[in-house]
Amino acid sequence: MKAILRSRLTPLIALALIMALVPMIAPTSFHLRVAALVWIFSLAALGLTILMGYAGQVSLGHAGFLGIGAYAVAIGPARLGLDPLLCIVLGAALSGVIAWLVGRPILKLKGYYLAIATLGFGVIVALILHSETELTGGPDGMSVSRITLFGWRVTGALNWYWVSAGALLIGALIALNIAASPTGRALRALHDSEVAAAGAGIDVSAKKLAAFVVAAVYAAVAGGLLAAMNGLITPEAASFSHSVELVAMVIIGGLGSVFGTVLGAAFLVVLPQTLTAFQEYEQAVLGLLIMVFMIFLPQGIVPSLRALIEERLP
Amino acid sequence: MDTPARLRPMLRAAAIMVATAVAGPALTSPAFAADPIKIGSVVSATGPAAFLGDPEAKTLKLYVDELNKKGGLLGRPVELVLYDDGGDANKARTFATRLVEDDKVVAMVGGTSTGATMAMIPVFEEAGIPFVSLAGGIEIIEPVRAFVFKTPHTDKTACQKIFEDMKARGITKIGMISGSDGFGKSMRNQCLKVIGQYGITVVVDESYGATDSDMTPQLNKIKNTAGVEAVLNPGFGQGPAIVTRNYAQLGIKLPLYQSHGVASKSFIELAGPAAEGVRLPAPAILIGDKLADNDPQKPVVAQYKSSYEKTTGQPVSTFGGYGYDGIQLVARAIESAKSADPKKIRDALEATKGYVGVTGIYTFAPADHLGLGTDSFRMLVIRNGDWAIEAPAR
Repeated sequence: MKAILRSRLTPLIALALIMALVPMIAPTSFHLRVAALVWIFSLAALGLTILMGYAGQVSLGHAGFLGIGAYAVAIGPARLGLDPLLCIVLGAALSGVIAWLVGRPILKLKGYYLAIATLGFGVIVALILHSETELTGGPDGMSVSRITLFGWRVTGALNWYWVSAGALLIGALIALNIAASPTGRALRALHDSEVAAAGAGIDVSAKKLAAFVVAAVYAAVAGGLLAAMNGLITPEAASFSHSVELVAMVIIGGLGSVFGTVLGAAFLVVLPQTLTAFQEYEQAVLGLLIMVFMIFLPQGIVPSLRALIEERLP
Repeated sequence: MDTPARLRPMLRAAAIMVATAVAGPALTSPAFAADPIKIGSVVSATGPAAFLGDPEAKTLKLYVDELNKKGGLLGRPVELVLYDDGGDANKARTFATRLVEDDKVVAMVGGTSTGATMAMIPVFEEAGIPFVSLAGGIEIIEPVRAFVFKTPHTDKTACQKIFEDMKARGITKIGMISGSDGFGKSMRNQCLKVIGQYGITVVVDESYGATDSDMTPQLNKIKNTAGVEAVLNPGFGQGPAIVTRNYAQLGIKLPLYQSHGVASKSFIELAGPAAEGVRLPAPAILIGDKLADNDPQKPVVAQYKSSYEKTTGQPVSTFGGYGYDGIQLVARAIESAKSADPKKIRDALEATKGYVGVTGIYTFAPADHLGLGTDSFRMLVIRNGDWAIEAPAR
């Protein structure tokens, strides 16, 4: 039993099973759409899991990368006549390059300074998306043309459900492989102590930069999918509050746990939709729930539960 | 189970009696037995556009309650499914899909901003559900979309009202000074599109930034241009108040026309004595108590104002009025269609003729999904720091 709990593939198989199950029990296509949103935000948060959970670096501007990916899919086809699918790839590449350029000086900073610097980056992206009205449509956003996948026009909630689920599975597989690779071990080493890691011969700043770039690519792909599924994107996608939401997903689910990240994303995507009954108290109830979870499951949902189960097992 | 033959008729009679006893009350008060008619709404009740969305949300709730007190529609209760998009068009889009796919509404009244409305239009057009927008932008109804209507007048209507007034006064050459913000730009464009129909030409066209604090240079240029007979200032916020003050300081004696964008008491306060004599188009609700007694809108405006202010304890606003007209139009359409089928509601909406609302008198047509004429505006003039209705120019 313990072996199953610790196996690298367990979360992946569990995730795949849940993905197969949801369409059977979802009562309307709206529920499928929300589930697809969960997969997409999980993908964005997974990148942050690599950066925060493995490497121990905080990014408070991650929605900026999500915004870059999303607007690449919006602007590419509309203004440059590019294929939307190609634009997801281009957006991810652009996001990675920007992360590399921005990350080199930023990642020399530590702790609060790093958080503030990434926050600054996110704010700048949101500002540009807001004010470059000619290019981005301004605060009201712009519409996104439909994606064609090998001649198949992706529309409808169920199709998007499978596309986003597939993307998340691939993303999770890559994340789990990174965790088990020498790079993953190096990241965890520098998470515990940068000095010790450097002493053991790890190129600390190069590894941190690599984690930052990977996280940015994850966010950009998720942003691209989000824009293409909604058919509309607004600068809100890159806002500071959105960055905080992504960080909250990683922390609520459990820092460093892939399955936990998905759970955290599910928590923050589904709850606002179910809390609409509270109307103006929605934000307050959401905040309260997050506080309760952090007080009683301080390690995040999945690691806390796993510790609990392992304790009880012989 | 074997029932003796002679007992059967008795049992049948008993069964009928029980059935009647159960069904009887339900038949006499069908409002509580039938499924509710669901009307959806997405407004910006919080966020930067809350000053528009909050009165809309309150008005919608108030009048759906009123409808239910009167027994609902078609003998069925009415349920309002209301979501708050927080001013984000993307959220509005998500809630729009939820209204269509999960809540299964038969009609939609909402969309506080033009951005949110444009984001939601494809969802309702695709689903074939009538959507009455509460936003101002002309692109919502131009080009006409089968299922999309709107209640607020556009900038174009305001321009037409102003030009009608100018024409009646024999003005043919004007100077224009526009704000370069979204509102100012849009209204300037709309005005330039229709100005030709009134035989008026713009001889000098100036602009200012939304945050500029002095417009004297632009106004001086207008003052020194020969032949200008009146000045028009499409703008929103502080700009028009500064223009009005500079206008008085420069001693320009030509008539000054402001837009409906400044039709609020705060404009008079900001501009001070310089506002004296300024003309502007404004909706009836602004001057409810000053409307002529035979004005068809007077009772509607008075009724809305008193019930809104009584329920919410807040002063009535133009924006809540858009919500009032939206929900009334949909309720009337459901009644006249005698059906809660979205397609039939749409057809009935389009056939609306002469509905007297808070914002104006609506008559929709296949090519006109706004349905308001220039009579939805009243031409006002500022006298002694208050609005006065301008006697119709001859």
